[in-house]
Amino acid sequence: MAILTKEEAKKIIDKVLAFSKADEISASLSGERTGNIRYARNSVSTSGETTDLSLSVTAVYGKKSGTATINEFDDASLEKTVRRAEEIAKLAPDNPEYMPMLGQQSYIESKAFIENTAAIDAEYRAKAAFSSIDPCAKKNLTAAGYMEDNSGFSAQGNSKGLFGYNKSTSVDFSVTVRTADGTGSGYVARDYNDASKLSTQTATEIAMQKALASVNAKALEPGKYTVILEPTAAHDLVQNMMRSMDARSADEGRSFLGKKGGGTRLGEKLLDERVTIYSDPANPEIPGAPFAADGRPQEKVTWFEKGVVKNMYYSRFWAEKKGVKAIPSPGGFIFEGGNDSLADLIKGTEKGILVTRFWYIRSVDPQTLLYTGLTRDGTFYIENGQIKYPVKNFRFNESPVIMLNNVEAIGKPVRTNGSLIPPLKIRDFTFTSLSDAV
Amino acid sequence: MQMSGLGLGAMMLPEVPVIGNPVREEQLLNPWLDAASKKKLAETALNAARDKGATYTDVRIGRYLQQYLFTREKQVQNIVNAESYGIGIRVIANGTWGFSATSDVTPDGIAKCAATAVAIAKANSKFQKEPVVLAPQKGVGDKAWKTPLTKNAFEIPVRDKIDLLMKVNGAAMDNGASFVTSNLFFVNEQKYFASTDGSFIDQDVHRIWPTFTVTVTDKASGKFKTRDAISSPMGMGYEYLDGLAAEKIAGPNGLVGYRNSYDMVEDAIAAAKQAKEKVTAKTVLPGKYDLVLDPNHLGLTIHESVGHPTELDRVLGYEANYAGTSFATLDKWKTKNFNYGSKLVNIVADKTRAHTLGAVGYDDEGVPCKEWDIIRDGILVNYQAIRDQVQILGEKESHGCCYADDWSSVQFQRMPNISLKPATEKRSVLDMIKGVEKGIYIIGRGSYSIDQQRYNFQFGGQVFYEIKNGEIAGMLDDVAYQSNTQEFWNSCVQLCDKDDYRTFGSFFDGKGQPAQISAVSHGSSTTRFNGVNVINTGRKI
Repeated sequence: MAILTKEEAKKIIDKVLAFSKADEISASLSGERTGNIRYARNSVSTSGETTDLSLSVTAVYGKKSGTATINEFDDASLEKTVRRAEEIAKLAPDNPEYMPMLGQQSYIESKAFIENTAAIDAEYRAKAAFSSIDPCAKKNLTAAGYMEDNSGFSAQGNSKGLFGYNKSTSVDFSVTVRTADGTGSGYVARDYNDASKLSTQTATEIAMQKALASVNAKALEPGKYTVILEPTAAHDLVQNMMRSMDARSADEGRSFLGKKGGGTRLGEKLLDERVTIYSDPANPEIPGAPFAADGRPQEKVTWFEKGVVKNMYYSRFWAEKKGVKAIPSPGGFIFEGGNDSLADLIKGTEKGILVTRFWYIRSVDPQTLLYTGLTRDGTFYIENGQIKYPVKNFRFNESPVIMLNNVEAIGKPVRTNGSLIPPLKIRDFTFTSLSDAV
Repeated sequence: MQMSGLGLGAMMLPEVPVIGNPVREEQLLNPWLDAASKKKLAETALNAARDKGATYTDVRIGRYLQQYLFTREKQVQNIVNAESYGIGIRVIANGTWGFSATSDVTPDGIAKCAATAVAIAKANSKFQKEPVVLAPQKGVGDKAWKTPLTKNAFEIPVRDKIDLLMKVNGAAMDNGASFVTSNLFFVNEQKYFASTDGSFIDQDVHRIWPTFTVTVTDKASGKFKTRDAISSPMGMGYEYLDGLAAEKIAGPNGLVGYRNSYDMVEDAIAAAKQAKEKVTAKTVLPGKYDLVLDPNHLGLTIHESVGHPTELDRVLGYEANYAGTSFATLDKWKTKNFNYGSKLVNIVADKTRAHTLGAVGYDDEGVPCKEWDIIRDGILVNYQAIRDQVQILGEKESHGCCYADDWSSVQFQRMPNISLKPATEKRSVLDMIKGVEKGIYIIGRGSYSIDQQRYNFQFGGQVFYEIKNGEIAGMLDDVAYQSNTQEFWNSCVQLCDKDDYRTFGSFFDGKGQPAQISAVSHGSSTTRFNGVNVINTGRKI
């Protein structure tokens, strides 16, 4: 009962709107079923499933707003919730940045809901875990992994005529495989809307291979190296940049997009000309939500084109103040690339370091988007187009802005954490110290 | 690991986890079930689970309240009042754990939930390699515990809290801030624990965290600098905000440290002035420095480099796919001479010290809380363990550090307070600085990162002062230090005394999959570490 149809959701929302006496009212209804299984030391440690269905009502008087939620759906409960939201609104302080609710919008049809993901049950989860644990146990390797499946819907409507409905499914899987003596470790992560694309065994085999290949790592001196970042590693740094593209922060002079003397870097070439990053909720490989939390439609937006900053994202308040279109922040994003696979990038590298993933990435300086973090679970030295030997993990201090000016090659994008990210070959990537961690 | 969670929607709001549903402010003060009613419900669960075949059961009936306030400059951005209540039932059946939770706190709902927990345990027992062994715990009967406080924060009107934050924001702006955001976080856990051991424990736990970030922008250079509050989250009521003079510790150059009482307006003024000074501060020359670390900074280094690596579940591999494992392995501990740090390093774990975030009467598996040593005279002597692990250490009694962040989450091993004991001889911060030729004095929590086995770390801070020939020589910028845990703690050469002792805290510490939060304190006095590698983090883009 957690996943309502569009018609069922609309019926409840319409009822809520009809109860209201406020200047404006909006209702959002969402439901989900989430299941998970966790294992470590080749044994399942926890598993569970939860369902949730809840309604949130926001009532507005002038510039005062109040929100109430409930998880009961009889008429009396719905009316009580509306009254409660109205009471809270009347007592709230004025919000000087309040924006009137949006009217009717047109949204794309999302293709993010896949039946067989929604049908995942406890038995499926146990089998998925077993398919990952069993091959490891047979090779005297130790698996620790986690799979979470989610199916849900969200609907919203308001007294200005807006209505939107979307449903989606997802499955996220990751596993860390370690050698019995703890001297080798490998990792893999996969995420899909369609669970039939996930084979926990095939994915685990990659982590197993990396665990075995990373034993007896050699220590290289820290310094500047040419690196090949696998999509998982590239994603984390690029995502941090994409999350920092808020226009208000840039206008206020407290963002990497702020400029000496005031103003922003919108329209400036900030990255290598081969870097184009956009978002598109209609992309079939990473289908996104058709609307943002405040009801704005999600559309195709180019953020960087040939290295030039093309767009920033705005709150509706700030966009109105600046007299520009209020583009919401994106869900996933697409980093354009070529056709080269990871193997092709390795083949074309004379000397370099292959990075499986980064770990514990934290901002060091928001002015330059400098981040620190470490390599983890599979770091290898490449020479003359071949992986030669495993190397000890490094700590890096690097900015995605500097990194995306030092591009050597861009591979073919693959789905990574809800985005499409290519493997990247980068020169002069800054490693500042060594870590003994495996 | 520090965690960020559910976003609150609007831009520039910090991402914080919120558990439960929004309610009206007044509702947070409504009395809930009395202890007798909760005992009756708990007994329903214990009996239902036993009837289905459980050999052990514990029940947590919980009501979790949160009030969070967010402001920037002259406006209120958001006020969150949230309440979550329900029951979590954990059982052992066929030697295997099972857990289930429900918000349907009726005899019927509870019986169903207990049956599900037993069914999950039995299903998972097919994969179980070794049966769960619990350290014995004698039932404690009917007990109650409450955070000692003089002002329940939930009884203070929201209007007064907003007035305080507006005063804080105004003080920062009047003293040169370009922007300021300020927040108040209040948590109240009302939890009732019962187990088949014969324990029935009613606890009322309060936590508070006032904080802010001041930003100064310099249009001409395009530079911007921030300074966060140097408050600490505490296991206290609203009285933490009294700003008592007796709880202030005077430091060098007019700097003020806060013990168990915080002056938020005074700190906001200092923050605005310091953020302004940071814009033109000298950039650090990389190299080896002697570091003098303030407790409000050192707490996070203790958390990451001692707290997490001595969690026994990490050591055993249960967190391998997420937070990682640990360099502090059992074989190192077994040698009884593993030099975690210098002889001056004495690290103690506790869940008992007043005003701390970890302090409770009993943990979430009904074990009375206590204090124990983790590092004694530099040697690793123990870990943090709960009832189903402590026998691995050859001990017969749990350490009492089991915790769940909600009734709906299953309890597991979480970090107790982990603190560095102060020096027994008399020493102030000024005395310590006098002895440093080339050093840096670091205050506040900044950037932090550590590897998955807790060897290599890098920390920043809020403000940095150069020390030259025993004196503060001015502010530095672009400072971060990198070290290796064992090397770092072995470079500890001097500690200040108990008069300088303060706690640092983490309000939203994250662990596990699915992730849970917890709050933990770390006490220390100002401490000196010699010859630590400092890097310059300045870049141009």
